[in-house]
Amino acid sequence: MKKLMLGNEAVARGAYEAGVTVASAYPGTPSTEITEFIAKYDDIYAEWAPNEKVALEVAIGASFGGARAVCAMKHVGLNVAADPLFTVSYTGVNGGLVICVADDPGMHSSQNEQDSRNYALAAKVPMLEPSDSQECKDYMIKALEISEQFDTPVILRLTTRISHSSSIVELKDREAVPLKPYKKDFGKHVMMPAMARKRHVIVEERMKKLALYAEETELNKIVWGSTDIGVITSGISYQYSKEAFGDASFLKLGMIYPLPEKLIKEFASRVKTLYVIEELDPFIETFLKKIGVNCIGKEKLPVIGEYSAALLRGKLLEEDTAGDNENHGDVPARPPVLCPGCPHRGVFYTLKKNKLTVLGDIGCYTLGALPPLESMDTCVCMGASIGMAHGIEKARGSDFARKTVAVIGDSTFIHSGITGLIDIVYNKGTSTVIIVDNSTTGMTGHQDNPCTGITLKGELTRQVDLVKLCHAIGVERVRVCDPFDLDEFDRVVREETSSDEPSVIIAQRPCALLKSVKYGGLVRVNADLCRYCKVCMRLGCPAIVDTGEGITINDALCGGCNLCISVCRFNAFEKAGDSNA
Amino acid sequence: MRNLSILIAGVGGQGTLLTSQVLGAAAMKAGYDVKMSEVHGMAQRGGSVVTYVRIGKNVNSPVIEKGGADILLCFEKLEALRWIDYAKEDGTVIVNDQRIDPMPVIIGSVKYPEGVIEKLSARFPNVLPVKALDAARELGNIKVLNIVMLGLMAKNTDIPVETWHEAIRETVKEKFVDLNIKAFDKGYQMAV
Repeated sequence: MKKLMLGNEAVARGAYEAGVTVASAYPGTPSTEITEFIAKYDDIYAEWAPNEKVALEVAIGASFGGARAVCAMKHVGLNVAADPLFTVSYTGVNGGLVICVADDPGMHSSQNEQDSRNYALAAKVPMLEPSDSQECKDYMIKALEISEQFDTPVILRLTTRISHSSSIVELKDREAVPLKPYKKDFGKHVMMPAMARKRHVIVEERMKKLALYAEETELNKIVWGSTDIGVITSGISYQYSKEAFGDASFLKLGMIYPLPEKLIKEFASRVKTLYVIEELDPFIETFLKKIGVNCIGKEKLPVIGEYSAALLRGKLLEEDTAGDNENHGDVPARPPVLCPGCPHRGVFYTLKKNKLTVLGDIGCYTLGALPPLESMDTCVCMGASIGMAHGIEKARGSDFARKTVAVIGDSTFIHSGITGLIDIVYNKGTSTVIIVDNSTTGMTGHQDNPCTGITLKGELTRQVDLVKLCHAIGVERVRVCDPFDLDEFDRVVREETSSDEPSVIIAQRPCALLKSVKYGGLVRVNADLCRYCKVCMRLGCPAIVDTGEGITINDALCGGCNLCISVCRFNAFEKAGDSNA
Repeated sequence: MRNLSILIAGVGGQGTLLTSQVLGAAAMKAGYDVKMSEVHGMAQRGGSVVTYVRIGKNVNSPVIEKGGADILLCFEKLEALRWIDYAKEDGTVIVNDQRIDPMPVIIGSVKYPEGVIEKLSARFPNVLPVKALDAARELGNIKVLNIVMLGLMAKNTDIPVETWHEAIRETVKEKFVDLNIKAFDKGYQMAV
């Protein structure tokens, strides 16, 4: 049977067909759907972990326990999981272990553009890279086989255009893979220095064997065409290259670490001009230079952003192509915005009003940095807001801290905010941390998390009690407040920022997109009462429109949340009709 | 079997992703190779959303480049203007005659361009403005304007109506299937 599948769905299908029984992940664009699709298979246990490090540790445990296991994350998630990664490379596996990592060239939804292939090199772990959905499935299966054959974790590297593109996949049945016996193995599983030193030797031997395997495997294949141009490439760059140089010869690398020296030399010796085409860093190219193979790569091609067939033709053949795909002329930009009815709007409206310095974090609420709310000063990585609030206090003193808050989402707080808060308590900080608790993981598409009380499989579970948690780690001042109660929220923010001990404000109101949220009735403007003072425009609500002559509500967008009613001193907003929400 | 590259552009929340999924499913049923590309993450947050659908005998890249789209299917006027360079010279531009202000316009830092349809028509011979929002309102749910537009677009392909209906049945949530089939048919008739 054939099916049109998203790359991520095909990765999940591969895990299913290959008999995987345990999957753990933390959501992150563009990797999220891998685990959501895996969760649909009854034969696989699947979960959201609090962060990527835990997800990988769960997968390692499952692998040691004899099961085939996978975990999935976005590129920056692999930074969080890097600690276990570098050591599971030493221990090796029992059941097959695959780490799926999705890079985001072009940064469609990310804070940096790192090339995760460098992790394969640094952690000495083999890496495969598919170029369409069929390969997503096939390579996942192959990665599990390699993992067991060479006693190593394997990384499956994806990019946005692979994860979030769909193409046709041939489906097969699930292979029943029996659980391997669990054996206590001190020398292999306990990485104390004496054992780790021995394992490092084995890792280096393993890399040599894998390099030989790379020469033979069908994952790396030559497609001969004209020998005037030869292209060495992998992943989505293969598709762009095929489109740009259809009749050239291709060495398509499915296994991008370790690389096949002999195969590359043979291919290079038979083509006139050799291009290496890869998005982001010169990973393959550096290897070619090391083994003395001349090629054209980053001297002509960018190390920034996504490629395209037109870009390749333009840069390599110096053709006059249509040019920069990112440039849309002078058409007004349409940046993403906080949705109508978004609970974060009340938070940022208040923070801006109080002119606070806001250390921000990663999630929907990062959009509070954009005009007109413009009330977020920083965004670095998951959990950074809290540690940074503490650091800025230690640098500039407690008077500055009284005009400073950290803002972090509920899921992000669980991911890596808790340790920062412990640091504040332990090291006598006075920061105020606002946990914007919208009862979901919003930005990645509404995943449950330990605060929601529901698992990935949709089962009810124990819920983390944020108030008790904060009390337990030593924060005595914990306030729970509705950010749409603007007067009360403003009062709480003033009180807590002026206190000289650490405090947490839990701004609690569910995401307006959740099915359980029902706001009654649209809002309309009573033109007789509107003084056109534009205070409501400070909310940055996409449904409130300034026509140049007055204020109106776009009824196709209004969610009926009533926040505009709260800010208007002239009672110019009133309820009307049914809500779209 | 005709090679077709179709670019679908809209505003987050307008159903751009679902439209491309129905289109992809229909093309596959009709025996085409299909590649689609979409960018998630910002899709529900009112940002500019674009998906590419490429169908043909054998498709490599899932991405459409400037000057490469046979059909531009745009759910909002400004988005049509944003992606217009992606249409082929002889391409068809189907644009929903609806204005949704982006945040920079809402806060008054830039103006929403005037005469968008005229600007598009000046550059391309085949510009088709559509009142899809009105058509969707008549069906009782403004959210199906995307499928009305898809119905309109379907006339440009050789995929039979029944195949489109099947694709909708498979892709759309069960309780919305009838509504979406009605929306598709309405759009398909509007194209006549």
